[in-house]
Amino acid sequence: MKQFSYIRAEDVAGAVAALSADPQARLLAGGTNLVDLMKYDVMSPATVIDINRLPLKDIETLEDGSLRIGALVSNAALAYDPTVIERFPLLASAVLAGASPQLRNAATTGGNLLQRTRCYYFYDPSSPCNKREPGSGCGAIGGVNRIHAILGTSASCIATHPSDMCVALAALDAVVEVEGPNGRRDIAFLDFHRLPGEEPQYDNTLAPDEMVVAIRLRPDHFAANHSYLKIRDRLSYAFALVSVAAAIDMKDRAIVDIRVALGGVAHKPWRDPLAEAECAGKPADEATFRQLAQRLLAGAQGQGGNDFKIPMAERTIIRALTQAASGTPQVQSDKAIR
Amino acid sequence: MLHADAERMAIPIVITLNGRQERLNVAPWVTLLDLLRGPMELPGTKKGCDHGQCGACTVLIDGQRVNSCLKLAVTLDGAEITTIEGLGQPGHLHALQQAFVDHDAYQCGYCTPGQICSAAGLMNEGHAHSREEIRELMSGNLCRCGAYTNIADAIEQVMGQQSGKNYKEAAE
Amino acid sequence: MFNPSKIVGLPVSRIDGPLKVSGTAPYAAEHYEPGMLHGAIVLSTIATGKIRSIDTSKAEAVPGVVKIYTHENRPSAAWWDSKWQDSVAPPGSPFRPLEKPHIQFDGQPVALVIAETYEAARDAASLVTVEYKAETPETNLHTVYPNAYEPKKKRSGIQPPPKPRGKAEEAFAGAAYRISAEYVMEGEHHNPMELFATTVLWENDKQLTVHDKTQGSQASRDYICNIFGLDPDDVIVKNAYVGGAFGQGLRPKHQLFLAVMASLDLKRSVKVEMSRQEMFALTWRPSSLQTVSLAADADGMLQSVMHHAVQATSRYEDYQEVVVNWSGLAYKCDNAKLTYELAQVDMSTPGDMRAPGAATGVLALESAMDELATEIGIDPLELRVKNFIHFDQNGDKQLTSKALHACYREGAEAFGWSERSAAPRSMRDGHDLVGWGMATGFWEAGMAPAEAKVRYAIDGKVTVSAAATDIGTGTYTILAQLGAEAFDVPIEAVHVAIADSTLPTTGVEGGSWTAASTGSAVQIAAEAVKATLLDMAQDMENSPLEKAKPEEVVIRDGRLVLDVNSQVGIALSDILASKQLSSVEELGKAGPDMLQMRKFVSYTHSAVFVEVKIDEQLGVIRVTRVVSAIGAGRILNPKTARSQILGGIVMGIGMALHEESMIDHRTGRIMNHNLAEYHVPAHADISDLEVIFVDEHDDKASPIGVKGLGEIGIVGVAAAVANAIYHATGTRFRHFPITIDKILESELKHA
Repeated sequence: MKQFSYIRAEDVAGAVAALSADPQARLLAGGTNLVDLMKYDVMSPATVIDINRLPLKDIETLEDGSLRIGALVSNAALAYDPTVIERFPLLASAVLAGASPQLRNAATTGGNLLQRTRCYYFYDPSSPCNKREPGSGCGAIGGVNRIHAILGTSASCIATHPSDMCVALAALDAVVEVEGPNGRRDIAFLDFHRLPGEEPQYDNTLAPDEMVVAIRLRPDHFAANHSYLKIRDRLSYAFALVSVAAAIDMKDRAIVDIRVALGGVAHKPWRDPLAEAECAGKPADEATFRQLAQRLLAGAQGQGGNDFKIPMAERTIIRALTQAASGTPQVQSDKAIR
Repeated sequence: MLHADAERMAIPIVITLNGRQERLNVAPWVTLLDLLRGPMELPGTKKGCDHGQCGACTVLIDGQRVNSCLKLAVTLDGAEITTIEGLGQPGHLHALQQAFVDHDAYQCGYCTPGQICSAAGLMNEGHAHSREEIRELMSGNLCRCGAYTNIADAIEQVMGQQSGKNYKEAAE
Repeated sequence: MFNPSKIVGLPVSRIDGPLKVSGTAPYAAEHYEPGMLHGAIVLSTIATGKIRSIDTSKAEAVPGVVKIYTHENRPSAAWWDSKWQDSVAPPGSPFRPLEKPHIQFDGQPVALVIAETYEAARDAASLVTVEYKAETPETNLHTVYPNAYEPKKKRSGIQPPPKPRGKAEEAFAGAAYRISAEYVMEGEHHNPMELFATTVLWENDKQLTVHDKTQGSQASRDYICNIFGLDPDDVIVKNAYVGGAFGQGLRPKHQLFLAVMASLDLKRSVKVEMSRQEMFALTWRPSSLQTVSLAADADGMLQSVMHHAVQATSRYEDYQEVVVNWSGLAYKCDNAKLTYELAQVDMSTPGDMRAPGAATGVLALESAMDELATEIGIDPLELRVKNFIHFDQNGDKQLTSKALHACYREGAEAFGWSERSAAPRSMRDGHDLVGWGMATGFWEAGMAPAEAKVRYAIDGKVTVSAAATDIGTGTYTILAQLGAEAFDVPIEAVHVAIADSTLPTTGVEGGSWTAASTGSAVQIAAEAVKATLLDMAQDMENSPLEKAKPEEVVIRDGRLVLDVNSQVGIALSDILASKQLSSVEELGKAGPDMLQMRKFVSYTHSAVFVEVKIDEQLGVIRVTRVVSAIGAGRILNPKTARSQILGGIVMGIGMALHEESMIDHRTGRIMNHNLAEYHVPAHADISDLEVIFVDEHDDKASPIGVKGLGEIGIVGVAAAVANAIYHATGTRFRHFPITIDKILESELKHA
């Protein structure tokens, strides 16, 4: 770890001001990823701004029925919140599929969005990595890459976004509320994370002097038919090889609205709203699900070690949608996949 | 407590550690785990990976189980921290500690304090109602000796005692 | 030969349990002293080549840094290889930390930072910059396979393969049923939960007390004394609590050398603890390529067994295991050809990991037996029962006992094996294919020379002492039970002093030897104490035991009495008082009976039954049930014994499904060097496990009838899982671990 100076922010304005003064500084909330990366010398901020005292710990229902989740709400508090369980069970389930109870107690909503990638080479400061050290190359291409991306990759980076929560948020079209020196703005969830392209050092579209203050979820219709299905190397406490957040709004077994977001396969939670829109009116059955899965994976490309993720993703999408359609979502403590 | 050269960066905090108030000066880069195992000489909290990947360092912060290796001590001003040493000591063991002894829910004992603190957190949370849920919600604590089934037995027994019913039957 | 047990054989809770559950059992890094220095190790980031330059200036500027050691300023140490060879070293030139600029493996220590605080050491270590001249490493066993060779110098204690018997090739060619298959196993790392650590308490230039994470305090003591020219009487090594080791702690680790080196150089107390990444640098279960060919006649009787194994080793030591020999003694077969070779890779020397050799070789043999059963079309359990043999054909020796039939019978019954539907893919549960598989397990039940002292004090307290180690195996507890039993005192009256190099000599805690070896030494010492007490008693005036022989007296209720009539005897306190003694202590020595070993050999056995459920579309696999029936002689403590078997099963499941140290062969580096990406089973992976100890009386394996349990639990488990996967899917997986991608890819072909 590189030694650093520490600032304890008392309010959002103070945190933003500190961040504006030193855009190389990093905000510290739960610490579950930043402290981890600092110990590996992957991130070495000269200044750490502790935002744990900021008043961003509430989950509130807004007048229009939207749910607003403060950036410092812990993953556990989010997953077990009665309103979230009742109205956004897909989100609660996805959160519970991630990490461990200890990590979920510490990790925050905002921090979960800002997790850095999961890649052996990114995590190893002596390996080449364009994300960690632009221009140094990508160790994972041609290397050990069974956990890597199959969609939206570039010649610079094949890393994946590690979050489970974000996959559900992508499916639910969440809105990210951010605050910078010029005030607040909203970022649509699908625009928040980015693909690596030639600048994999940027994980998202947050400006260096902005911070996430909340996530908003609009009132929706996915509480009945949803499922979060995560496939991994062991049955708990492991990152996703492939995960699927599936949600369907149906009328008489016909699809009104359908959402599928994929985790573990790309630099960001992967969705294809156009392909989803084409499902409207079709029956909520396996044929439709397969078609949608194939559309989503149309551009998928393996790197050798992760070729299996393509059929795995297709099959997981179909199963998750089938679970959603039948109203029997995957229960995260149940290791049989129903 | 800390080396003089580090003291120029040290920041005062007050924590309640196992029921006792402690006024400390800590450098910002000291984790709670290293504070406990080092200057506080409370080595019951174990270092197994130092990166939140094994759960051996689990402690209770304000009643919630957390990986102490990923908590910078400086962020914990005002917090109440319970470590395995604070749960119970030989002669007056916590019910979970006694159950771990009775069920041989360990071998080498190194992951054990983390398992027990995690189990205490699990019970505080109240989300485990079946053996499957215990397994899932204890999965943040690795045990390389493979005592998992005995650990589940120990936790089940204490949960049963505390709910005043036969937990196993209730779960089935 | 044994008295009826009051304590031995009962499920006694661990006597060290309250300390472990309260966090008050101190492990190697958990010893404190004012002014203690802390070390952090810098690791090489290449696998082979040379350090061109090393810059420590930035690191030295970190406040609190005391000194940084590299190959350029390392204090001198022993020159001869023999001085660096620890008690279980394989042939070759052991690794010497910081001696030369040459890099022999990924993660090799290249610098040691010593500082006033842990954080200063850790943070300064990250500022040490090393320039390398890297060479192209070769770490792929498949690539070096053609260069495999039979090791010229054999590793001490490792039986080389027996000479071929019969005509294996001819018998194979002419047999009714034949299978031949190649099995691949990736390298694994032990990953005990505790990080390797050493705390050196410096007393003066010669005298040190060292708390080391090791499976043998005396092995660590001898190692540092040899290397630094210290007198073994001046160095005390302790290992009171060891947070798992599984073989990784059999050889001294580099942190021991580095901590002692810095302590002697700086004349200060020093603590050095490894990082988890560093745990991947030294000692691993070697990757292997094995070919097994089996043939049977029309009745299913084995006609030919051929087993060839090539295992990885380093460039600097010929590490060896007993891999193929098991295939020559497992079943009756008159034609056998077993061969074992090594191939060198640019990695650190592999080392013993739980059931070294057997875990690997039996995995291949028992997978092949399943393949043969399929080929013949008979039940896999029946094939094994048919070919049972109560004899070791490798060594032409009698077995001391072999209750394997009971293991098969009781295991199969508990599992419900008779309900198995023979055809693959014939059992289902919802989306899941259900598979039932089984395998046999074998491990040699050995003894190593061991000494122990037992003291009986006038207040009725018993002290048992030996240098032995408890790595979680239950040594403290079983020695207390033996002490309590011998003197008919409650277990609380027994003090067990172990884990200290100054105590009576024992070998390292490995090979499942400790209970049999040290346990026997304790029993013998206790008998000697009793004999001494009898001598004293017979010196007393009008002694009622005057004519008693040692074998005719027992200790009951604080009295030395006649076994046939406990009314006749003398209080032990009176006996001691008659000599004005407060206690009596004797040394016991146990060891293998060389004469008996010419005729007999001893093994532990198991039958493992496994149920898996595999999601047909997704490839997700769960091990839903395991029954392991064990024949291991006398069980001193069924509670701790069961835990050892459970642990073996869990590690076996990891071996079958998860564990693999993933190497980027372009750089020769292990990339998943952490517990997030090297997957060991978690709570959720482990369902119901059942352990059965079958009755097995053995009066030859060891003086106390014990065979040892540390290894047998894992042997056969991975094969049973693989065989269950075959039964579920109809696909034979021969490349371990059988990860989800492999299962999915085979299911794609079925679809």
